[in-house]
Amino acid sequence: MELGLKEQVKERWAGHAKCRYDDRSDLCEITCARASLAELCGWLFIDKDFNFANLIVEEMPAAWRLRYIFYGGAGSGWVHVLASALCSEETFPSIVKFVHAADWHEREAEDMFGLTFEGHPRLGDFILHDDAWQENVDPMRHHFDPQMAIRYRKPAADWRPRRIVQESGAFVMPVGPKYSGVTESVHFLLETVGEDVIRFMPRLFYKWRAIEKIAEGKPADEVLLLAERFAATTAFAHGLAFCQAVETACAADIPPRAAGLRVFLAELERLRQHAGAIQEICESTALAVAASEAGIFEEDLLRISGELTGHRYLFGMLAPGGLLLDLPDNDCRQALNKSQAVLKQLDNLETELRVSSSFLDRLEEVGYVQQQVAAAYGLLGPVARASAVAHDLRREQPYSGYSQFRFEVPSEQEGDGYARLRVLFSECRQSVHIMEQTVAAMPGGGVLESFKPREGAALGWVEAPRGAAFHWVRLDERGFVTRYHVAPPSFANWHGFHVAVENFAFQDFPIMLATFDLSVAENDR
Amino acid sequence: MSPWVIKGIRTGIKTSAYPRNAETAAGVTPGLPVSSQMDTGAARALVDICPTQVFTIINGRVNVDVDRCIHCYRCVRGVEQPARWDSTYEWGVESNQKKNLLPAFRKSINICVVDAGDCGSCLNEVRQLSSPYYNIHRLGFFITPTPRHADVLLVVGPGTDHMSLALQKIYNAIPTPKRVVAAGVCALSGGVFAESFTCSEGVTDILPVDVEVPGNPPPPLAILHGLLVAAGRKPPVDLQPGSSQANATGE
Ligand code: SF4
Repeated sequence: MELGLKEQVKERWAGHAKCRYDDRSDLCEITCARASLAELCGWLFIDKDFNFANLIVEEMPAAWRLRYIFYGGAGSGWVHVLASALCSEETFPSIVKFVHAADWHEREAEDMFGLTFEGHPRLGDFILHDDAWQENVDPMRHHFDPQMAIRYRKPAADWRPRRIVQESGAFVMPVGPKYSGVTESVHFLLETVGEDVIRFMPRLFYKWRAIEKIAEGKPADEVLLLAERFAATTAFAHGLAFCQAVETACAADIPPRAAGLRVFLAELERLRQHAGAIQEICESTALAVAASEAGIFEEDLLRISGELTGHRYLFGMLAPGGLLLDLPDNDCRQALNKSQAVLKQLDNLETELRVSSSFLDRLEEVGYVQQQVAAAYGLLGPVARASAVAHDLRREQPYSGYSQFRFEVPSEQEGDGYARLRVLFSECRQSVHIMEQTVAAMPGGGVLESFKPREGAALGWVEAPRGAAFHWVRLDERGFVTRYHVAPPSFANWHGFHVAVENFAFQDFPIMLATFDLSVAENDR
Repeated sequence: MSPWVIKGIRTGIKTSAYPRNAETAAGVTPGLPVSSQMDTGAARALVDICPTQVFTIINGRVNVDVDRCIHCYRCVRGVEQPARWDSTYEWGVESNQKKNLLPAFRKSINICVVDAGDCGSCLNEVRQLSSPYYNIHRLGFFITPTPRHADVLLVVGPGTDHMSLALQKIYNAIPTPKRVVAAGVCALSGGVFAESFTCSEGVTDILPVDVEVPGNPPPPLAILHGLLVAAGRKPPVDLQPGSSQANATGE
């Protein structure tokens, strides 16, 4: 915790906010009156340089409770800003004029709970598509039954794509939800006057499966199945964040060997996911041989994962309290050797790409995101690090024993497509470097510790391959989930993606999309 | 010669021997549970631990409904006596909706891939089909972005409510004769997501499916087998309870 944050809050916000500091979890809880909520959050975000992580809305028996989660850089901990209102009041001040990163979080809360955020520039038509759902459906409210008939909705016939630019000759080009070869379902509104995209709006949530709603009332180990499977290209990262939330809520310790293996597998997944992202970037520039090469590496890593754990996407390994399966040291070493071989080839590929001018021409100075913009949007992961916003939860808020490993957090200054590609390559090297250290110092012993469930709530966080992921879990005394909320990295990065696309030419659009490595499944939940 | 051409040649041939011969590399499939004889206590344990009700006990035999298995491995890692597990990958099953498919195409077919709410892994496995390891182009299979050119509709994901209209429009836009392949347990039964207000119990609720491929996700070879079945170039297998088990050998 930053020295004296509690005192600063006391001094600066006397009479507006109360502060409680918990040493053990390095957590500062600020209870704040609604009237000063926006200014206080802005103070944390702008003056104190805290990052915005998540907004959690909870419908308590008699009141709304909103929890705005912030976290600091290395050495400073977590800040939860709490605001509440009676159930009959459904209005909160919007914090987006200070904390732009919270924009989509407020839109989500409005759509899911029917809350209004005063001063928010644009609410509505977000998760629930306006052309598919009537007004006043609030799926996350307790009274809404998720098992009710699917075709509950009444489509409104008059939905039309939005037009923002009113320039003469401007038109909106709708793309998707089915738009290309093998792509996730998402809709884009590209507004253009010809060559350049002047305004870009994604329309997401075609794949919305409402995992947060269907998780409610289920035991934690069943919700883990959802956590692993809503965005399974990074299944292990999300499963891990969920398990850590449950373990924190129940004050459960996991065996050291499980922690070591978790790091090993998390890095294996990152390596594989980055190889896949590199493949997509090569493919988007139509560099066929490089795309094939990277495709081989990705499949190699999928096979390594499959051989080691039985599953190519590492399903069925995690359990709250540790791991379901112990992996023999020898198997890990073999997987490491094979991964090192893949890394060597990835390095060669990078060397060759660096001198392919036709390839570089298509990536350099394309999809540019300035550092200040990346910070204001709260962009995450490799995308942010390529714009010199070098945050990494493994370093700044270490979990699962990451603090004992040496590794770098690669970052670049340029903020263009090529910088993002370089960050991916550098992170592959760091991942293998961490895997080597875990294998060299793998603790012995068991991998699963049983624990007693108890009532409580906690945040679990990981640096997933695409960036920071935050899972909030509330459990009842039986260990059943009563509230689950996920803020995945793609949610933040989709929010900022329009910055990269706007004022660039149409033909660069697929390349910019590939360099952002966005997952729709992760965003849509 | 361009360095990329030389690099391509140096890499050599990586392509799988399948479908002519069996693929023997490790890590190409997560496998599936199979029906087996078991004593009652062990069988009960499997029924109790499986989160998606894959197992049923019929006359002292543990039967398996593979359309529901989500690869959580709890029936292997969480019990004393694990379920029988086979590392096969030929999983293309004729749908109950349409038995005895007649061959509709010869030679080359175009495939339109639609994501109806998948978690990304099914789609990622479909992506691998174009990588050198699987290279479906050698078999005359091509992925087309437009339904107008398609012969086969390959659907992944449980069929979310927001996607169902698009899915129906895409299906209608495909000229006949056409085949629908549903890949992944989510497409077959809704997987972990169904049934709820956002998801149907698989795309089988929305479309007339011809070939079903279980798996969470089905590995590339299983999807490939499903496509070969849809093209009439491989016989469908029978993964259903009680009947003889499929094996993963060549033609
Ligand atoms: S792996 Fe999981 S879902 Fe599949 S049969 Fe076993 S317990 Fe059931």
